[in-house]
Amino acid sequence: MSDQETDETLEELPLAALPLDAWHRARGARMVPFAGYEMPIQYEGIIAEHHWTRSHAGLFDVSHMGQLVLSGEGLDAALEAVLPIDLSTLKAGAQRYSLLLDAAGGVLDDLMVSRLADGSLYLVVNGATKWDDIALLREDLPDAITLNHLDDQALLALQGPEAAAVLARHVPEVAGLTFMRFGRFALAGHPVQIARAGYTGEDGFEISLPAAAAAEIADLLCGEPEVKPIGLGARDSLRLEAGLPLYGHDLSPETSPIEAGLTFGINKRRRSTGGFPGAERIIREINQGTQRKWVGLRLEGRLPAREGVQVFAGAAQIGTVTSGGFSPTLGVPIAMAYVASAHAAPGTALEVEVRGKRLAATVVATPFVPHRYHRGS
Amino acid sequence: MPRYYTDEHEWIEVEDDVATVGITDYAQGQLGDIVYVELPEVGALIERGKDAAVVESVKAASDVYAPITGEITEINPALEDNPALVNSSPEDEGWFFRMTIADAGELDALMDEEGYKAFIDSL
Repeated sequence: MSDQETDETLEELPLAALPLDAWHRARGARMVPFAGYEMPIQYEGIIAEHHWTRSHAGLFDVSHMGQLVLSGEGLDAALEAVLPIDLSTLKAGAQRYSLLLDAAGGVLDDLMVSRLADGSLYLVVNGATKWDDIALLREDLPDAITLNHLDDQALLALQGPEAAAVLARHVPEVAGLTFMRFGRFALAGHPVQIARAGYTGEDGFEISLPAAAAAEIADLLCGEPEVKPIGLGARDSLRLEAGLPLYGHDLSPETSPIEAGLTFGINKRRRSTGGFPGAERIIREINQGTQRKWVGLRLEGRLPAREGVQVFAGAAQIGTVTSGGFSPTLGVPIAMAYVASAHAAPGTALEVEVRGKRLAATVVATPFVPHRYHRGS
Repeated sequence: MPRYYTDEHEWIEVEDDVATVGITDYAQGQLGDIVYVELPEVGALIERGKDAAVVESVKAASDVYAPITGEITEINPALEDNPALVNSSPEDEGWFFRMTIADAGELDALMDEEGYKAFIDSL
């Protein structure tokens, strides 16, 4: 046998170990290269871990992601020149999705921006892109802005319908957080920053904590009967069901956020004022539409269509799959693809071609599995 | 009935002039949850070392190579509805296909059970 897919990254650098490396191995994780690190792809099995997260709570180690703090005089104006975000409406304790774009409006990364109590900003960026992001921000932000890479912080995500009950046993204040809000608390005596957010479509939290405390806190949380450690494999199948894009696959410099349906990532004021990289194209696409759109596909049969598979309307190739796999929740193959806008309406019957076989696929609304975020009453 | 193994983690069981082929328990463990198995058609001629089947796990697609040269005489119909049989019973109910043996000499190059055990212990 041989894998047809290559590893997630083309990094030739030696792989680095995350703070929880030994912790994962002790729990039987299979480790694979990802974003320059050795990371756990699975423990007991992707499908079991996927179902566990949807019905209980899963603990994910996402310490490969970059955690940055920006501070300094004129911070908001300086960062608004780099991101299409409206920082005037980002209040302390709130987190927002944003995009790092190139001059042509292509996506260099997607990220979360949070406003800290002292006015500074906390960013979480993708692991595979963090070094490029840091270099770009250092280059493009004025000298008055300080960029602090929190490389001694780990990041854990606790996701699933039982996550809130579990975490509230240790940090009662999290009951007061709603989706995309965060606060600073103590967890087992350690200072942590907890956001009610995640990448599974479930209610849950992302916990930034000192790397030195990561094993102790991972043990504490996995000691709760509702919690199991979950690998990257299920993280990918969960986010796919939730219709959430994965940078480097669904988003890249060759895609614009408007094609990807991420117009909400271009904050309202910026759609008229511009002043961010790629603004000309982005504003034009918001007003005039795009030639292609990122859509969900539901396939017939059981054969998955993976990244790179071509999408057809009759004889014409009208798109390409960017992410695809088997949905454990729905029991069918699902995929995300860029298709010509004329074929992007939900209900449109298309075909995908896998190893020379045409398979029926229908455009469906995303998320494939409904989000269950805690937005408050 | 002698059972042979390849270094690509397939097993071949020979009964008279028919070989039954599947993947080993080690292989299914490496692949993880299997969601689809694409099998050759009955009557297809397959050549040793060339693609014979594709196994789709949740994460990736993997080729299964023909362990020997021959003609496909039967495929396992149970895998169509229940590909997870390859995970639960890889070396029995989760067999892939049966084939003729064009050249019995090809079997000599394969490992026996003891040899295969030593091989996977060395990985």
